[in-house]
Amino acid sequence: MTAHSPVTTGDELVATPAPALLRAALDAASEAVLLCGTVDDKILLVNTAAATLVPGLAPGGHAASGPLPGLARAVASGDDDFTDEYAGRHLHGRRRALGDDHYGWYLRDRTDEVVRADALQAERARTAFLAEAGRRLSASLHQGRCLRITAELAVAHLADAAIIVLPVNRRHSQWVRLVAGGTVQEGRLRENVLPGVPGLVEVLGGFPPIPSKWLDAAQAPEWLLPDGFGPIGALLVTPLPGNAEPAGALILARRGALAQFSTEDEMLARIFAARAGAAISAAGLYREQVDTTAVLQADLLPPELPQPDGIELVGSYQAAKDALRIGGDFYDVFGPTEKSADTVIALGDVCGKGPEAAVLTGKVRQTLRALRLVEAAPGDMLRVLNQALLQSTRQHRFVTMVVGSVSRADHGRVHLTLATGGHPPPLVLRTDGTVEEVPTSGTLIGAVARTVVRPADVELAPGELCLLYSDGLTEARGGASGTEEYGEARLRDALSECRGMPGAATVERIRQLVSDWVHGGARDDIAMLAVRAPDRTQLSLRTGARNASPFAIDAPRRGDRRVRQRT
Amino acid sequence: MTVPTSFRSGLAEDYLQLVGDSDEYGAVALVTELLDAGVAPQRIMIDLIARTQARVGELWAANEWSVAREHAATAISERALAAVAARTMVRPSRGSITIACVDGEWHALPVRLLAEMLRLDGWRVDFLGANVPGQHLVTHLHQTGPDAVALSCMIATRLPRAHAAITACRAAGVPVIAGGRGFGPGGRYAQHLGADAWAAGAEEAVQRLARNWPPHSPDPQLSAFLGDEEYTYVVRHRGDLIGTAMKTLAQTYPRLREYNTRQLDATTEDLSHIVDFLAAALYVSETQIFTDFITWTSAVLDARGVPPVALRVGLEAVRSQLHDYPTAVAVLNAGTHLVK
Repeated sequence: MTAHSPVTTGDELVATPAPALLRAALDAASEAVLLCGTVDDKILLVNTAAATLVPGLAPGGHAASGPLPGLARAVASGDDDFTDEYAGRHLHGRRRALGDDHYGWYLRDRTDEVVRADALQAERARTAFLAEAGRRLSASLHQGRCLRITAELAVAHLADAAIIVLPVNRRHSQWVRLVAGGTVQEGRLRENVLPGVPGLVEVLGGFPPIPSKWLDAAQAPEWLLPDGFGPIGALLVTPLPGNAEPAGALILARRGALAQFSTEDEMLARIFAARAGAAISAAGLYREQVDTTAVLQADLLPPELPQPDGIELVGSYQAAKDALRIGGDFYDVFGPTEKSADTVIALGDVCGKGPEAAVLTGKVRQTLRALRLVEAAPGDMLRVLNQALLQSTRQHRFVTMVVGSVSRADHGRVHLTLATGGHPPPLVLRTDGTVEEVPTSGTLIGAVARTVVRPADVELAPGELCLLYSDGLTEARGGASGTEEYGEARLRDALSECRGMPGAATVERIRQLVSDWVHGGARDDIAMLAVRAPDRTQLSLRTGARNASPFAIDAPRRGDRRVRQRT
Repeated sequence: MTVPTSFRSGLAEDYLQLVGDSDEYGAVALVTELLDAGVAPQRIMIDLIARTQARVGELWAANEWSVAREHAATAISERALAAVAARTMVRPSRGSITIACVDGEWHALPVRLLAEMLRLDGWRVDFLGANVPGQHLVTHLHQTGPDAVALSCMIATRLPRAHAAITACRAAGVPVIAGGRGFGPGGRYAQHLGADAWAAGAEEAVQRLARNWPPHSPDPQLSAFLGDEEYTYVVRHRGDLIGTAMKTLAQTYPRLREYNTRQLDATTEDLSHIVDFLAAALYVSETQIFTDFITWTSAVLDARGVPPVALRVGLEAVRSQLHDYPTAVAVLNAGTHLVK
């Protein structure tokens, strides 16, 4: 700038009209410029761009009393910066001192910028909303929870109230409703009230949704929203798309006379509803599967055990580590019948795993149930079962199992007759802590036509216990190396330590020891069935030896205190 | 504890005697009489059954009771609890809650007690029992859609699995309330593992769940990963660490070679505890998990007349293999300092 520039010759501008050249230069600029006097804030010059942008601005006027409140505030407070809105345009003004006596306001139209920023922000909010919706909706396979999540998301981001109505099932529709600030409510609607809600029947029928502006919110029935919600300003009914048929309808309501759903709102609601609908229908499919599986599983899961007088029966079944809790191991107990006072017990292991094996266990259990009715002895039951399996199974599958009949004997004793077919023989825990193997043996069931079964009799005194178990127990791999089998020796030791414990505690303890042994590693099915002759008071517990050291590493110094009995 | 006026003096001792003698009928008769006398079932559960169970644990730790007697007493208390529960029906007025012990956790009685307390408070309760694998728990959540999960962990070595379960439950959209000693003093580790809440006992849990539930919590994935490469190393080399420590011990104590399987298993298990508690301490970044374990173990060993050198030698046998892992060594050192 030189001394001749207009800035330093401002006085001349006041005295005389601006030189034509200066005026032309300012008018040609795209930026809007107001020149003002420093002393009185009077507008001296308004260039063409400024006059176009804000027609109310004129030379001679006062900067603080023009049509721009933002400018007025900036002038009053001496700010060098202001933003304002005028006739739908977003303006940004900067003050620049032009010498001591003058200053200029340079106005910029930032409408496009603001609109872009708003759009970006809205887009980000939509993206964040849809991302949250995706995350939360995909998390649950439970339909009720999916519905609740849908309502929560809709109320947080789209409307003051959300109602989800499921398709009609047996003349009724389930609904879930949430009003902002409230809690989720659920209920059922009769089919004949649904037409009361504008657009609902169309959406549930799979027809295209009706735009919100054509839905008369005033027609919404009173039951749609709780008392106190107030008049509905705008209503939007969006389909929840499902598996080739609607998974339901999402009804959104906004309060207040001025409320509306814009086209963008409707689009967003529709995109959200697509995600919600997918989650709700997937959860519906999952529920159907679960219901079906539950029906099929019901007969395959371990039974509730009868508790015959004078005999303590405890079962435990742990499926291999998968979500379906059925497998190839099983046990069953058949209570006394009219013909026989004996209780029949069975525990077995079908070769193979998972549902196929479980189905065969179901057949075996059913066969045993029938055999039990014809009063067969355990050995005979195994022989007949062998024939039945050989004739029925298409695949080559065999079973190992123990069958026994249990009856009460004199003086609180319990008598067992046990027969095994290729199964580990049961163990008996005596009152003195010794563990014996039941001397019974036999060949696999369902493998060859001729089986050899040698049954054995066992008598349990009060407090004594007989444990039937599947080889998943002794073959559980773990220990320090993670590959060592638990083995029968450890099982015998563990059982011996359970002397005097109730049957339930004994079975639980062995489960626990094996679980600790495998340290969360892969597990095979494990089934256990314990028969115990109950006793009221177990004196051996009170007089029993105290625990030896849990820390065996110092045992060399402590001689016989090495034996360890703790967890 | 303030003894309710309806508890006559010596009642707790009588009950302890009954469970200690495996007298199921006596124990059940005693709690039934209390119910008939108008004692609130909650008081019987908390002030009698839970208190006695704590005594039983102390008696075992002090080597007064054998492990068999402890287990038998616990079984009797479960029957007594079932008897109280069977006689008290409450119409459900709150939401539904699933209650489980974390995978590998077998202390079912405190959790069963919580289940009954919540039932009395109007919750619909699904009690999944002890040792619930995370997968089974999450499957159950998808099938039943409860409003909350209560997860119990009594032993800190299960914390990594508790963490996996908490994250999975929360990812499935179900808030988790944690409970049990394993979550540390004041439930400090529970928060670290992303649980929505923590309760010291059944009564606190009932109160916590009765108001302001579910709490607002951040995205579960934010706390989905804990532990570092030292934790990973210790866990992946668990077998080697224990095996090598056993060999080191055999050199120090030649008679270890004459041990029978049972004794070897016991020693292996003790070393596993050292490694597992070390891993848990590294996972949660809390040395206290390890030092608490050492303090507790020292007391248990002391009650059994075992000299502390045994523990120190075990710690050294593990530490000597972890020279390149400074945090692990620091944790082991902190433990060693506590051994007199």
